[in-house]
Amino acid sequence: MKYYDKLIFEFSKEGNIGYSLPRNRYSETPLLPSSVAREAPLPLPEVSEVDVVRHYTNLSQMNFGVDTGFYPLGSCTMKYNPKINEEIAAMPAWNSIHPLQDEDTVQGVLEVYYNMEKSLAAITGLSKFTFNPCAGAHGELTGLMIMKRYHELRGDSARKKIIVPDSAHGTNPASAAVCGFEVVEVKSLENGRIDVAALETLLDETVAGIMMTNPNTLGLFETEIKEIATLVHKAGGLLYYDGANMNPLMGVVRPGDMGFDIMHLNLHKTFSTPHGGGGPGSGPVGVAKHLEACLPLPHVVKGEDGKFHIEKENGTTAGKVSGFMGNFGVILRAYTYILMLGKQHLRSVGQLSVLGANYIKESLKDVYKLPIGGVCKHEFVFDGLVNDGAHDDVPGATTLDVAKRLLDFGFHAPTIYFPLLFHQAIMIEPTETESKETLDSFIEVMREIAKEAAEDPNILHEAPHNTPVRRPDETAAARNPILKYQDAI
Amino acid sequence: MDHFAYFPQTEGDIKAMLERIGVNSLDDLYSDVPGEFMFKGEYDLPDALSETEVRSFFEDLAKKNVPLKIFAGAGAYDHYSPSVVQNIISRSEFLTAYTPYQCEISQGTLRYIFEYQSIICALTGMDVSNASMYDGPTAAAEAMMLCMASTKKKTRVLLSDGLLPHVVKTVETYAKYHGIEIGHAPVMNGQTCINCLKAELSKGDVAGVILPSINRFGIVEDHSGFGEAIHGAKALMVEYCDPSALAVVKSPAEWGADIAVGDGQPLGIPVCFGGPYVGFMAAKKDYLRKLPGRIVGQTVDREGKRSYVLTLQAREQHIRREKATSNICSNQSLMALYVTVYASLMGPEGLRKVNELSSAGAHYLYNRLLSTGKFEEVFPNKPFLKEFVLKPLVPIAELQKKLKDNGFFGALATEEGFVSFAVTEKRTPEEIDALVKVVEE
Repeated sequence: MKYYDKLIFEFSKEGNIGYSLPRNRYSETPLLPSSVAREAPLPLPEVSEVDVVRHYTNLSQMNFGVDTGFYPLGSCTMKYNPKINEEIAAMPAWNSIHPLQDEDTVQGVLEVYYNMEKSLAAITGLSKFTFNPCAGAHGELTGLMIMKRYHELRGDSARKKIIVPDSAHGTNPASAAVCGFEVVEVKSLENGRIDVAALETLLDETVAGIMMTNPNTLGLFETEIKEIATLVHKAGGLLYYDGANMNPLMGVVRPGDMGFDIMHLNLHKTFSTPHGGGGPGSGPVGVAKHLEACLPLPHVVKGEDGKFHIEKENGTTAGKVSGFMGNFGVILRAYTYILMLGKQHLRSVGQLSVLGANYIKESLKDVYKLPIGGVCKHEFVFDGLVNDGAHDDVPGATTLDVAKRLLDFGFHAPTIYFPLLFHQAIMIEPTETESKETLDSFIEVMREIAKEAAEDPNILHEAPHNTPVRRPDETAAARNPILKYQDAI
Repeated sequence: MDHFAYFPQTEGDIKAMLERIGVNSLDDLYSDVPGEFMFKGEYDLPDALSETEVRSFFEDLAKKNVPLKIFAGAGAYDHYSPSVVQNIISRSEFLTAYTPYQCEISQGTLRYIFEYQSIICALTGMDVSNASMYDGPTAAAEAMMLCMASTKKKTRVLLSDGLLPHVVKTVETYAKYHGIEIGHAPVMNGQTCINCLKAELSKGDVAGVILPSINRFGIVEDHSGFGEAIHGAKALMVEYCDPSALAVVKSPAEWGADIAVGDGQPLGIPVCFGGPYVGFMAAKKDYLRKLPGRIVGQTVDREGKRSYVLTLQAREQHIRREKATSNICSNQSLMALYVTVYASLMGPEGLRKVNELSSAGAHYLYNRLLSTGKFEEVFPNKPFLKEFVLKPLVPIAELQKKLKDNGFFGALATEEGFVSFAVTEKRTPEEIDALVKVVEE
C-alpha cells in the first residue's frame, strides 16, 4: 500500500463541477423568503469529476478488505462476499422502489421479505423474524424491546434486570441499558463457560432474561445450555441469543432447539453481505411462537389470497425501531446467498468454519498461550505469546505488537484485547471461505512473529514497518480533537 | 461433501486438517455439543441454485414490482445520483473492509469518514459530526437520549407534530423503553407553534425539543426565537433536517440548534424500498463527549505523516458497556461514502441547482394541480421547496389508484386528509404534465 496524502477539500477550485444536471425549463423559479433562506456560506469542495474519481481510487488503495486478503477478525465473521449478491442488489428494479409504495406495486419486494423470514426460521428453529433492525446492536435492542413488551403484556412489571455474562460483547450490556434494564453480570468459570451455580443465585422474579451467545466469545460451546435454559425459564425469564457467533452452527445446531426465545442474526457476518467499512449491516430478529405478537411493525404477511401484505398496526407490537423496513438492499444480498447455498451447502458453512479455527489453534498453541484447551467452534482466543522476549530493560512483545507486525506480512490482524477475560487476548476467526494454503501461510507468519518476539521484541515494538502510516498517535488525536477539515486549516 | 465455489477446501485438505487437530471427522468437531441439539432433520430450504438460475429467479421476481414515476417523498426522495457514486462505492477495498480497527491499513475508510464529518458539519453548521448512524429516525432517537444525558432532572422530550410520522413513531418507541416521557409541540397554521412550545417549556421538565427544519407538509419552518425559548428553559434544541435542502434553507446552526440530525438519503442514495440509508448526527462541541457512535480524528504517525484514527472511544459501548450513552457499535460507513462522493461531485453550486430545479418543478406541479379544480390550498403563502400538501376535493383512494394505474406514485395521505406530492430534479415538465392530465381525466 502506498501513502497518499490528500483530502477532497484540497482539490477544490472555484468553478469546478462534477455533476451533470438538466437545464431549467420551468418558466418560474421561486425563491425562498429571506427569513428562512440560508445565509451562511456552504464550504463544500468544488471538484471536477476526474479528480473525484482519482481521489477515491487512491484512498481505496490504502484500504484492506476481504478481497485484499485474509481477515481473521474474531467475532466479525469476515467471510468472502460473493459478487452475485452485488449484481442482484444493483438491479434498478429494486433501487427505484419508494418505501411507501402501495402493496400491490411491490409484491416482488415483499416476497423477498417473506421468503427470507421462512429461510431464517428454518435455519434457526425460531418462528418469525423482523428485518427492521439495521445492525447487530440494533437487533439486540429490538430483541430486548420485544422481551420487555412480552413481560408487560403479561402484566409482569417487576422484571427489570438482564443477566449478561462477563465474556459478552460490549453491545449486550449497552443495549440492555438503552432499553431501560438494569444489567447484572454473571461470571465465567475457569473453563470459560457460564457459572451455572452463580447464575442460579441471580435468578428470581426481577429477572427479565439473559443474553448469551453460544458458542460464547471465547469460541466455546456453552455445554450446559440445557440446564441454563431450564433454570431461566423456570424463573420466568427469557433467553436472548446474540447471533454474532451463529456461523459455526449453520446447518448443524439451531438456537431455537437449545431453548432460546429471541435472537438476532448479523446478515453481514453469517450471510455473506459486505461489511462496507462498518455498515450497512442488517440485524433481523427472530422470536419463538409465544413472542410473535410482540414483533416490531411494519411486518410482511402472506394473505389467504396468496398476496403479500404489510401489517402496520396491532395492539401488541413492541413498536417501530427504524424508518421503514430495515436495510432492504442488504436483505436482498443475504437472500441471494441463501439461494446459492441451498439446503445442500448450509452444513458446510458451520463445519468448515470450525475446522479452520481448530486447525489454526492446534498449529499455534505451542507458541501462543491457549488458556482453555479442547475443541473450539468458529473462533478461539490466545492470551498473548508464550515467550514475549522480555529481558533486562526490553519489555516483552504485546498482543498489540503482534497485531501490528501481522500487517507487515499482508494479513489483517485478529480482534485484540477482547474478550476482557484475558489481558493479552488475540481472538482469531478464519471462516469457511479460506483455503488450507491461506491458513498455512498465516500460521507460518504467526510462528515467524513468535520467533522474532523471542529473539528481538523490538522488531515487533517498531511494527508495522511497511504500511502507509505507522502507529498514528491516538493519544494526541483524543487530547486535541481535529474532527473536520475546517478544524485542520 | 459437494464442492461449492465459496469453499476452497479439497477433500485432501480437510483430511490433513482433521489429522493436525487429532480428530477423525468433521462431526467430531462438535463433540462438545449435547447430542440432542445436533439437528438431524432436513432444513426446509430450497435446493441450491447456480448463478444463472439465481439471475433468472430475481429477474422474474422483480417483474412482480410495478415501476412507478415517483412524485412522493415523506422521508425518501428520488434524487439524481451521479454515475461516479455507484462506481466508487462498488470498489471492493471499501466494500469488503470492516470498521477501521487497524488504522494502518484502513486509511482509506478513515479519510473518507473524516471528509464525511466535514461535509455534515459544512451543511449543518455544527462543530462536530459522528461517523454516521443507521437512518434519520434512529438518529433522532439517539438525539433524544443525548438530550436526556446532557441535562439534569429533566423527564420529557418534546416532538413537534410537524415531524414525519416514521420519525415520531421510532422516537416514541425508543422513549418508551428507555424511560423517557414524550410531549408534543403542536403545529398551527402549517408550522410548529412557538407559543404552545413556550407553554410546554415553562413546566421545567423538558430536556430537549426536536423540530423539523422542513415539516411533513413540506413547509420550511421559521424557527426565529425558538433557540432563545428552548435554551431559556435549559433544554437542547434538535433540528431534524433534509441535508440536501440545507444548501438553501437556514442551517441548524443559523437557527441556534445544539444538535442536527436527519437522513442522508437525499444526498444521492437510491430510494431502494427504504434502505440502506444513513442517519447523520452533528452537534455543538459542548456535546462532543456524549455524542454516540464512531468519530474519526486527525493526528500524525511515528514519522509525522498526517493520519486518521477512530478517536474519543472512551464514550463507546465496548469500553463503557452498560454506562455508554448509546449501544451503537458500527456506522453506515459505505452509505457515508455515498454521501461524501455525492457532495464532492455536486459541490455548493450543484446542491443549490438540485434545490432550484426540484423547487421549480414542485411549484409548477402545485399550480397545475390547483388549476384542475380538484384541490384546495391548505397553507397559502407558506414557503416550500420540493414537497407540498393540498386538500383533495376527490376521494383520496380514488386519486391514488388513478395515479398508480397510470404509472405514477404520489398523493400520499396525511392524517388530516391532505395529500402530499414531491418533485425532484429527476422529474421533467413533461412527466408533470402527464400526471396532471391523469388527475384531470
